[in-house]
Amino acid sequence: MAKHKIRVKVQGTEREAEVESRLLLVHFLREVLGLTGTHIGCDTTHCGACTVLLDGQPVKSCTVLAVQADGREVMTVEGLEKDGKLHPIQEGFWQEHGLQCGYCTPGMMITGYALLARNADPSELEIRQAISGNLCRCTGYVNIVKAVQHAAKLRTTAA
Amino acid sequence: MIPAAFDYHAPATLEEALALLAAHRDDAKVLAGGQSLLPLLKLRLGAAGHLVDIGRIPGLDSIKEEAGWLKIGGRTRESELERSALIRDKYPLLADTAAVIADPLVRNLATVGGNLAHGDPANDHPAAMTALRAEVVATGPRGARTIPIDELFRGLFTTALDAEEILTEILVPAPPPGSGGAYEKLERKVGDFATAAAAVQVTLGAGGEVVSAGIALTNAGPAPVRAVEAERYLTGKQPVAAVIAETARLAGAAARPSADRRGTIEYKREMSRVLTARALRRAIQRAKEQ
Repeated sequence: MAKHKIRVKVQGTEREAEVESRLLLVHFLREVLGLTGTHIGCDTTHCGACTVLLDGQPVKSCTVLAVQADGREVMTVEGLEKDGKLHPIQEGFWQEHGLQCGYCTPGMMITGYALLARNADPSELEIRQAISGNLCRCTGYVNIVKAVQHAAKLRTTAA
Repeated sequence: MIPAAFDYHAPATLEEALALLAAHRDDAKVLAGGQSLLPLLKLRLGAAGHLVDIGRIPGLDSIKEEAGWLKIGGRTRESELERSALIRDKYPLLADTAAVIADPLVRNLATVGGNLAHGDPANDHPAAMTALRAEVVATGPRGARTIPIDELFRGLFTTALDAEEILTEILVPAPPPGSGGAYEKLERKVGDFATAAAAVQVTLGAGGEVVSAGIALTNAGPAPVRAVEAERYLTGKQPVAAVIAETARLAGAAARPSADRRGTIEYKREMSRVLTARALRRAIQRAKEQ
């Protein structure tokens, strides 16, 4: 089957590759670009472990084709840290112990990042609604909510 | 999971997309948000030789009112519907519906047109649009035609859309003053399909009587179920408690669900009744507040 040359901006840098039509975005990121921070969880659009930003919106990268991302911008968990400094959302998960096994964490942080970009001071309900497509089987979500709240505070005091 | 091989097309215009569909017909599928299609292909429950991605065609994703109609572009994302002030203020049934479809991440890609064209009675827009008496615009090689919502769904995953057509727009009649709607969905968890759900749209007259009613059920048969007898019974009456109860009873009786992990037939029918009553009370409340 035909291959397609795609160009995707990943963490702001143009990346080019020739891919099969059926290659999923998550496989493109992990296997072609070597960005293994994005996890594959359920692989059935439920768990959100594979969440990345596509043109600024959090989406499940197991349910997007790499060819659909051609000409678009992607940000993965690797794009959060800048110059050796953790992003407030990462700092929040660190400080509030927002993870146990860590499997859902990249997706949780990307969803949290997108929420705070849209709503700088979300209520607990808004946080819980925003992460309702990201499953965590360890924490019971309490510390994840605290982590996002912590990040919101850090962002507003830094601004 | 990896889908069976297919070729991918990203037409820049509607004309190009229609030409691709005409060339490949049943071997082609339209890719909009992909949130139903890609899981099907990955699970290999479906296959297609060609995917025609309408994601790069401009002009298919607007929400606007024009000449007495709400016009929703077929590729409008659920998240856009959810955040639209016009939808929130004037079409609360659609705002309710958009907020409970799948989960927020899926809604960033999933489209209103896709939710209808997929022909899945477990999807939420089919019942919502049935209650609203919407119409869809199907654009094909010979132009556009309008399909009333009651004629769109032919059965499980089957619609009146031809293989050469794309669902380009949804038309919802703008509700007259004194109207309100609501969608009530019972789901086991966020992201699950409805165990049962009810969509209600009503318009009240000057005396508080119901002058028109749309009532439809999700996941209550092979296609969305319009509760015709319930609508007929309610129309012309004052929506007092006993009338709401009888309307809900008639709606529950119209449900033809099948048993699965979400519940037995009896349970789902009962939930259809309960949810219709709740949706109706909320729709009436909203109509009065208007």
